[in-house]
Amino acid sequence: MVFTSYSNIISPLGFTSQENYQAIRAGKTGVQNMVLPFSKEPFCVASIGEAEFEKQISKVRGASAHTRLEALSILSIGDVLAQSGIDPADRRTLLIYSTTKGNIDILEGRYPSIPSERAYLPAFAKHLQDYFKFAHTPVVVSNACISGLLAVIIAKRFIEQGTYDNVIVCGGDILSEFTISGFKSFNAMSAEPSRPFDANRTGINLGEAVATLLVTNKKELSAPYHTEIVSGASANDANHISGPSRTGEGLLQALQNTLKDQSTEDVGFISAHGTATPFNDEMESIAFERAGLSGIPLNSLKGYYGHTLGAAGVLETALSLEAMKHQELVRSEGYAAKGVSGNIRVIESHQPKSYSAFIKTASGFGGCNAAALFRRTINHIDR
Amino acid sequence: MKHITSYAHIKHRRLTANGSLIFDGSSSGSLPEFLTDAYRAQGMSYPKYHKMDTLCKLGMLCMEAAVKESGMLTEYPLDKIAIVLANAASSMDTDRVHQASISDKAAYFPSPAVFVYTLPNIVIGEIAIKYKITGENAFFVSECFDAGLLLNYLEALFHGETQAAVCGWVEADGDAAEAFIFLVEKSNKSSNFKPLNQEAITELYNQ
Repeated sequence: MVFTSYSNIISPLGFTSQENYQAIRAGKTGVQNMVLPFSKEPFCVASIGEAEFEKQISKVRGASAHTRLEALSILSIGDVLAQSGIDPADRRTLLIYSTTKGNIDILEGRYPSIPSERAYLPAFAKHLQDYFKFAHTPVVVSNACISGLLAVIIAKRFIEQGTYDNVIVCGGDILSEFTISGFKSFNAMSAEPSRPFDANRTGINLGEAVATLLVTNKKELSAPYHTEIVSGASANDANHISGPSRTGEGLLQALQNTLKDQSTEDVGFISAHGTATPFNDEMESIAFERAGLSGIPLNSLKGYYGHTLGAAGVLETALSLEAMKHQELVRSEGYAAKGVSGNIRVIESHQPKSYSAFIKTASGFGGCNAAALFRRTINHIDR
Repeated sequence: MKHITSYAHIKHRRLTANGSLIFDGSSSGSLPEFLTDAYRAQGMSYPKYHKMDTLCKLGMLCMEAAVKESGMLTEYPLDKIAIVLANAASSMDTDRVHQASISDKAAYFPSPAVFVYTLPNIVIGEIAIKYKITGENAFFVSECFDAGLLLNYLEALFHGETQAAVCGWVEADGDAAEAFIFLVEKSNKSSNFKPLNQEAITELYNQ
């Protein structure tokens, strides 16, 4: 069996998974209109505040030797190592890093004293390896917006194969002029907080976050969530590189492969991708209906965090694990009226609920889709 | 028993498939010329090709060469074929183009047609679209070709739904351009093929 273990989330809503969950329970969102260092124009984004960033980063050894993403990743991985007591030098432990753009702000000339070669993902990963003295070169997964969830699935596969006992999955992406200008050129950016699955949704907010989840075959390390990664799959639409299949083919296939031979009776909710672009959310609703999942409540966490790209799958899995631990459903922020044609049930308010499994999905550019099923291994409810 | 049933290379502007030369552009011309000439030499007719960035063009050329000499696409369900690719520079080649389009505020022209290629897995998407392959996807980024990583992941995939795979290395970074695609099949009647193992992958890559 492969279990989820300790987690960390660094985002505008906090520097631990617990802080993030409590902030969401208290009705906070990380998305706001703000002016970023590289532009005079305000954007609606989820940005980690500079004051909090500086305070936290002072805990990192040699802080000025790291880029923003490296420093945040060190904090996040460091937290999971401290909680779990895992030794990074152990040859049965691997780090998988999930990101779309890594140190892309090096191209913007933001760090005169940091070698520009660290804009390359292997050099970025090597920097993290050297910091923690990981026994193995980290594996970097860069598969657009499914990177984070795919990294969790890959971790499970490597452990089942017997290659490793522990895989630390870290996902991260920062806000940059690079990605903001790109999504803006697609007219995909919303000028207000995003509204996944809502009738009045107008596009995405970008967000920055780093999240880490330890995946392990050691039952004694499963204590934080008592949850197994039951199954997972990815699939491609084979339709268009920047638009999803209108009929949700790839997501449907990923869901069908994930749920093969699995009951969904105990599934409490689906943590959907839900970027709040018109086409994406419509596609997801159709795929969920076609997969026979219309009766299961569903949320998107993008209304709290924006789209955090390579971090999203790890962050949203960790947050969903917190929700299941508390036996609660998390409101899908920004949703008021159904604006998709597929039959889905969007969660409109935080609420207690007894359940023992959830489904996480993701979809991204390049026509990629992923799904995974997580299930509790004990009946005990620690509300 | 899993076998490597076909492979293709682009190295030093030479396109080869299963050891045979398909197109040689090594003695003349620029990289863009090579990408166009090799496309013509293969008799490809796929207008979308011309909109792609260098990374995707390299992947498409190499895939076409490898698959042409293979029955994989007709012998396996397309939803059971995985695509697993890797490189060192991710999408850096196109990242620089997008960055240049936003660096000068007086000439600020970010383009969606460029930006979409600033993800390395778009080459997986392009291959999936052209050959209608819908199985598992993964794009890894490593400092150099890592046969062990690819083998481990292929083995893990074949343990599940996957019955065949498109695997390899596609790298574009300035003038450096290289591609290596090999096809893996779960069951093949012929014993003429190389069994899938790390030595075989490494040997083929170094050809």
